[in-house]
Amino acid sequence: MSTFNFPESIRSRPVYGTLQAQVGKSHLMIADAHGAEAVLEMAAKEPAMMAQSHIIYIPKGTQFGLQIQALKPAQYYEGPSYAAAVSRIKRVLSDAAMGLQIYLSGTEGLIGQAQYEVMQAGFDYTAIQTEHRGSVARRMQCVHCKGITEDVMIDPFQCSHCGLNLFVRDHYSRRLAAFQGVCIDAEEPGNVPLSVELYS
Amino acid sequence: MNIQFNDETFRDDYSFKNSQRAIDRFPFPFHEDSYMYSVNMEQHQGGPVDSVYEKRFDVDEHYVSEMRDREMVLADDPLRCQSLPHMTLAGWDLLELIMVSKSEDYPELFELHREGANWHWINKPLGIDDRFVFMDDTTLPYGPMEYITRQTQGDFCVLDQREENLWMDAGIVTTQADWSLDFDIGMNFFEWHAPVPLAHEKGIFKRALKFLLNIQQGAPARRLNWTMTVNPLLDTSPENYHKWGVQKMSLTPQNLAEKQYLRVELQTFFRLPRSNALVFPIRCYLMSFKDIVSKPKWGRRLHRVVRDIPEELATYKGFIDNRPMMLEFLSRYDDGLPTSFGVWPDSHTEPALIESTS
Ligand code: HEM
Repeated sequence: MSTFNFPESIRSRPVYGTLQAQVGKSHLMIADAHGAEAVLEMAAKEPAMMAQSHIIYIPKGTQFGLQIQALKPAQYYEGPSYAAAVSRIKRVLSDAAMGLQIYLSGTEGLIGQAQYEVMQAGFDYTAIQTEHRGSVARRMQCVHCKGITEDVMIDPFQCSHCGLNLFVRDHYSRRLAAFQGVCIDAEEPGNVPLSVELYS
Repeated sequence: MNIQFNDETFRDDYSFKNSQRAIDRFPFPFHEDSYMYSVNMEQHQGGPVDSVYEKRFDVDEHYVSEMRDREMVLADDPLRCQSLPHMTLAGWDLLELIMVSKSEDYPELFELHREGANWHWINKPLGIDDRFVFMDDTTLPYGPMEYITRQTQGDFCVLDQREENLWMDAGIVTTQADWSLDFDIGMNFFEWHAPVPLAHEKGIFKRALKFLLNIQQGAPARRLNWTMTVNPLLDTSPENYHKWGVQKMSLTPQNLAEKQYLRVELQTFFRLPRSNALVFPIRCYLMSFKDIVSKPKWGRRLHRVVRDIPEELATYKGFIDNRPMMLEFLSRYDDGLPTSFGVWPDSHTEPALIESTS
C-alpha cells in the first residue's frame, strides 16, 4: 500500500487529500513515483476525463509509466527528474485556460514544488487537488546555508551542501516547498544522535 | 531628555551595558508571579513619562550601536530584509509613519521637512541628511522599508491583510528570537506561529488575529513577549545558530549573573493608511540577571516565573537545560515575601535587597 497516514502536526505542515475528478474543460496531472497510483485510481472512476488530460509524470525508478500511458491521456510526458520537467510545467501553466483543473500526487517534494509553480501562475493553492503517495521522504532546506537537500529519509541528516548535521522540523514553507533543517549539535558540537528513519 | 548614545557591541566582546536609566525603564514583562501565554494586548497610546511605552517608537541609549549591528547583519546576509513585490506601497506608508512619529516625538534628534512630495529627512544621531521624493523609489538608496528600518531599532514585519488573514510579505529581521524571515516570508498568521506550543490549543491565535484584523489607523496596539539569551546577542537567528548555540553552554554559576539576559520584546501594531497593511515592530530590550535583581520585586518574581513555567515553554524558549542554574542564582533573591500586582519595580518604596547568604 502506498498511502501513509501522517500523524497530526503543526499548522504550517501541509495536509493532503485524495484526488477527485473535478468538472472542467481540461485537466493537468503532475505526479511522481507512486503518485501514479492516485492518477490511475481517479481515471478508473472517471475514464472520460482522459481525453482532456495532460499528464506529466516522473517515475523515479518505478514502473507505472506504461499503465499511465495506457490511459490514453490527450498529452503525456515522462521526465527523468522534477528539475528536468519544471520548465515544461511552467510553460503549460503559463497559457492554461480558465477552468483548468490541477491534480498533484506523489512525494511531498513533488507536490510542494508543483504547487509553488501553480500558485506563481496565479492559481489559488486551495483550488488544487493533492494526494500523497509513496515515500515519506522530505525536501529539506538548511536554515544555515539555504541549500536544499532532496529526498531526506532520516533524522538527523547531513546537509548535502554545507555538511552540517541537521534535525528535521515539521515547520514548512510553501514558498520554498521545503521543511526546515536546523543544526542538531550547535550547543554541543559533535554530539550527533544516531539517525532514525522518518516516522519509524 | 538628552540621550547619551552608547558605543557598544552585541557580539564578540559584548561591551553592551545598560545605564541606570535603562535599568529603571526596562519593560519587565511579568505583572504577576507566574506566566502563561495569553492575548495580552492593550492600546499603544503613550505611557508613563520616560517609560518605553511613552513614544510611538522608543529611541534609547543603544540606538546608534544597534543600527551598526543591523548593518553588519545585513552585510553578512541580505536575506534578512525582504519585501515581496506588492509590498512597496506599505514600505512608503511605514517610512512616513516612522519619520513623522520620530520627528514629532524627538524633535531634537530627527527633523522632517515636507514640501509636497519633496521630503528632507535629518537623522542627527546617525548623521543622515537626505532629500528624496516621497513615493519615488529611485530617490532613496534602498527600498523605503529598508531605508527607514536601517534607522529604527527593532525588527519589522509588514503584513498584508487579505482573506481574513495576515501575510508576512515583507520584513527586516536582525534581532529575532530564533526565527527566520527568509523561511517564514509569505506565510499567514497561523503558519508562521505553527512552532509555538500550547497557544494554538488555547485558541489564543484565533482571538489575537481577530483583534489584529480590526486595528484601525491612529489606534495602534502593543504587547510584550520575552525569552532568555546568553550574552547580549541581538542576532539570535536560526541562520547563525550553529555559531551562537554553543554560547548557551558557556554559562556557569560564577558568570551567570552577568551573562544571562532576560530578553523582552515590546511588540506594537500599527495600521498603515494607503496599503491597509499592518506593521509589526518588534523591539528587543536586553537586561542581565544582575541588573534585574537590583529591583527586589523583579528578582523575587523572576525566580517564581522561571521556577513554575511549564516545561513546554522553557523548552521552546530554549532555556530548559540552563533552568536549574538560573534558579540556583535567582532563589537567592527570593525571600518569599508577597509581590505587588503589576510590572513596575516599586523602587521608591523598597531599596535593593542585599544578597542573602543561604
Ligand atoms: C501580526 C503580528 C505578529 C507577527 C508577525 C508575529 C510573529 C511571530 C513569530 C515569527 C514567532 C516565532 C515563531 C517560531 O517559533 O518560529 C512568534 C511567536 C509567538 N507569537 Fe507572534 N506574531 C504576531 C502577533 C502575535 C500576537 C498578536 C500574539 C498574541 C497572543 C502573538 C503570540 C505569540 C506567542 C505566544 C509566541 C511564542 C513566543 C515565545 O514563547 O517566545 N503573536 N510570533
